[in-house]
Amino acid sequence: MALHLRRKTHESIVYIDKDSAPRIMPFGEDFILNDIPVGTRVIYPNPPIKGLPNREAAIRYAVNHPIEMEPLYALLEPGMRVTIAMDDISLPLPPMQTPDLRQTMLEVVLDMCGANGVDDIHLIIANSLHRKMTEWEMKRMVGTAIFNEYYPDRYYNHDAEDDDNLVTLGVTRHNEPLRVNKRAIESDLLIYLNINLVPMDGGHKSVAVGLCDYESLRAHHEPQTIRDSHSYMDPPASELNHKVVRLGKLVDENCKVFHIETAINNKMFPEGYDILTRNEDEFSFADRLKWEAMARTFSKLPRAARRKMLHAIPAQYELIACYAGKTEPVHEKILEKNYQQYEIPVKGQCDILISGIPDISPYNVYSALNPLLVQVMALGYHFNMYRNKPLLRKGGVMIITHPCFDEFDHNFHPAYIEFFHRLLPESRDAFYLREKYEREFATNPAYIEMYRRGNAYHGAHPFFMWYWGENGRQHVGKVIVAGAENAHVPEMLGWERADNLTEAIAMARSYMGRAAEITMLHQPIIGLCNVTD
Amino acid sequence: MNKNGQAAAFYDLEGTLVSTNLVHTLAFYAKRQQGLWQTAKKSVGTLAKLPFFGVTDLYSRNVFNEVFFRSYSGFSQDRLRYFSDELFEEVLKPAIFPGTIELIAQGKKIGQRQVVLTGALDFTIEKMMDYLGIDDYVANRLEFVNGYATGRVLPPVMASATKAQWIREYAERENINLSGSYAYSDSISDLPMLSIVGHPVAVCPDFRLKQTALQHDWAILDLK
Repeated sequence: MALHLRRKTHESIVYIDKDSAPRIMPFGEDFILNDIPVGTRVIYPNPPIKGLPNREAAIRYAVNHPIEMEPLYALLEPGMRVTIAMDDISLPLPPMQTPDLRQTMLEVVLDMCGANGVDDIHLIIANSLHRKMTEWEMKRMVGTAIFNEYYPDRYYNHDAEDDDNLVTLGVTRHNEPLRVNKRAIESDLLIYLNINLVPMDGGHKSVAVGLCDYESLRAHHEPQTIRDSHSYMDPPASELNHKVVRLGKLVDENCKVFHIETAINNKMFPEGYDILTRNEDEFSFADRLKWEAMARTFSKLPRAARRKMLHAIPAQYELIACYAGKTEPVHEKILEKNYQQYEIPVKGQCDILISGIPDISPYNVYSALNPLLVQVMALGYHFNMYRNKPLLRKGGVMIITHPCFDEFDHNFHPAYIEFFHRLLPESRDAFYLREKYEREFATNPAYIEMYRRGNAYHGAHPFFMWYWGENGRQHVGKVIVAGAENAHVPEMLGWERADNLTEAIAMARSYMGRAAEITMLHQPIIGLCNVTD
Repeated sequence: MNKNGQAAAFYDLEGTLVSTNLVHTLAFYAKRQQGLWQTAKKSVGTLAKLPFFGVTDLYSRNVFNEVFFRSYSGFSQDRLRYFSDELFEEVLKPAIFPGTIELIAQGKKIGQRQVVLTGALDFTIEKMMDYLGIDDYVANRLEFVNGYATGRVLPPVMASATKAQWIREYAERENINLSGSYAYSDSISDLPMLSIVGHPVAVCPDFRLKQTALQHDWAILDLK
């Protein structure tokens, strides 16, 4: 009878009823089991699209049959200067099993360059103001053979503070400046290798953002642009995307760019861990055993060991599409494929949105998810995973589960520490912070050197992280952190805390009423809710 | 303290901006004594005292300074000055960390006054201060009588709390905003100097300074 009551509007949407199983939720480096109120709508990721059987062949086909450009081999001439730029460690998430997709793309492209007499080749990681990748990470990304041949002289990270190796391209018609990597832009051909994990990635963002400097980034990584993006996962409705497109056109006027974009499925976990993304009501006996084993193991480990263990699990992403050629049409094709994989049609907004925060974000690969990154995951990413309308009604309550520990990585996130402990107690107003402090952090000589010589995020990066949550902050009425182990972190972020999810839901209902509609995003999820009335 | 004043960057020198320390300079001069016998005697003496220097430095930087500079006793002032250019070219310049020039350039770019405080001797670093584009510096000064070093250092001896005191007075005199200023050092002995500015930075820090920096969430920089 109970089964009969379960409404099923889409295979990725499940409604909780009286005999539903408890749900597994991420809780930082841990996973916890929670009973969810009857009537809650739980949104799961779509099942993964089957990967292409031969990804090397798919990439080779794409570069030989590009869109609105000549095939790659026809663009290559002996003696020409070629730069191959590629996405950094923030894509995909978590880092994928080896060989990384970039390695396969590089093998195809370098093979073609060699066959056409091109040997002046540089490989540049388009890390923008992200931390520079470590030697080990760079090797893992492209494989030993390519690494040994090109590192360090011809395979390196982009340096947004290296004035000698940056060139100004001018300004757009909206006065947005653009200064980018000199080697890349002055090459006879710039080939970009992209992995599109979410619709915000790829397209003109790859070059115009990935290879630019602080002043260029500042023009669009700012609070008003984020406020005007609904959401930035939906490019046509994203002011951020519009600005980036304008800058991309400036790149195209100055440089020949051959874009290779790929779409991957959402097979995030290997066999054994895949239960984390599945409907708990459909667990077999073996699945329950797997969960018990995982929960018991995790409960015995300290946080650092759990983190290490989670970061050691490579994603099992498979290539589902590859297109090459001119940036815009290629990106459109890839976005179609992204939507096919991620889009979940959802009818109606909710009053209370529950979202567990896993230890996965673009900015904490191999390090801790610090409080500022918890904020960016909640109000930046999880809130923004929609098209048309936000999943949460305006003024609604967002409940997240995370310990909210006050822990920062000193090597990767030094400026975040100062931002969090010095600036947030003074103000949470993104405009005020940008006006008063952003440039001070961006020009802090110690942070610049830590970015240039070490593996630190740029001094301005914590500001961008704060702005990233700006449209979420404007929209959400309250954020409640269930299970926060301290009071000061939620307080500094402007949030409330509860001991557990049950208490958080009770608090949320006291604000939104007993009849409040609850929706839960079953994290970790790479999914995009297309919300209609 | 003037909150509207100019900001400054205060640097320790040895181990922070350059890889050499005071002993390298002493060894350089020991090798350039008048006559083979003097050269051998001073060189062997310096070598033999190394463990002693190490222990006293661990105990206290002030005690180390008192003991260490006695080794200069009897050195001729002319000779010390004459070889200072060579000291810079052969010993100090190659020891400048790769990131040092960049760091100073970044500081200048945002209008910070560049100031070095060092326990080294003034005549040994003059040339390097010019080379690095340092605006002001303060170093230790040997006492000379009749053209020969007595082995004593003229007060104030630049170390530990004296550096902090000097910075306070300098800030007062030059209208420097200490809250907006930076201090860079590699050693726990410079904790007082690091503690009085708004932006303390540990550069290639020793174990104790690294722990302190981690505990207080200070930036930790590697210029190597």
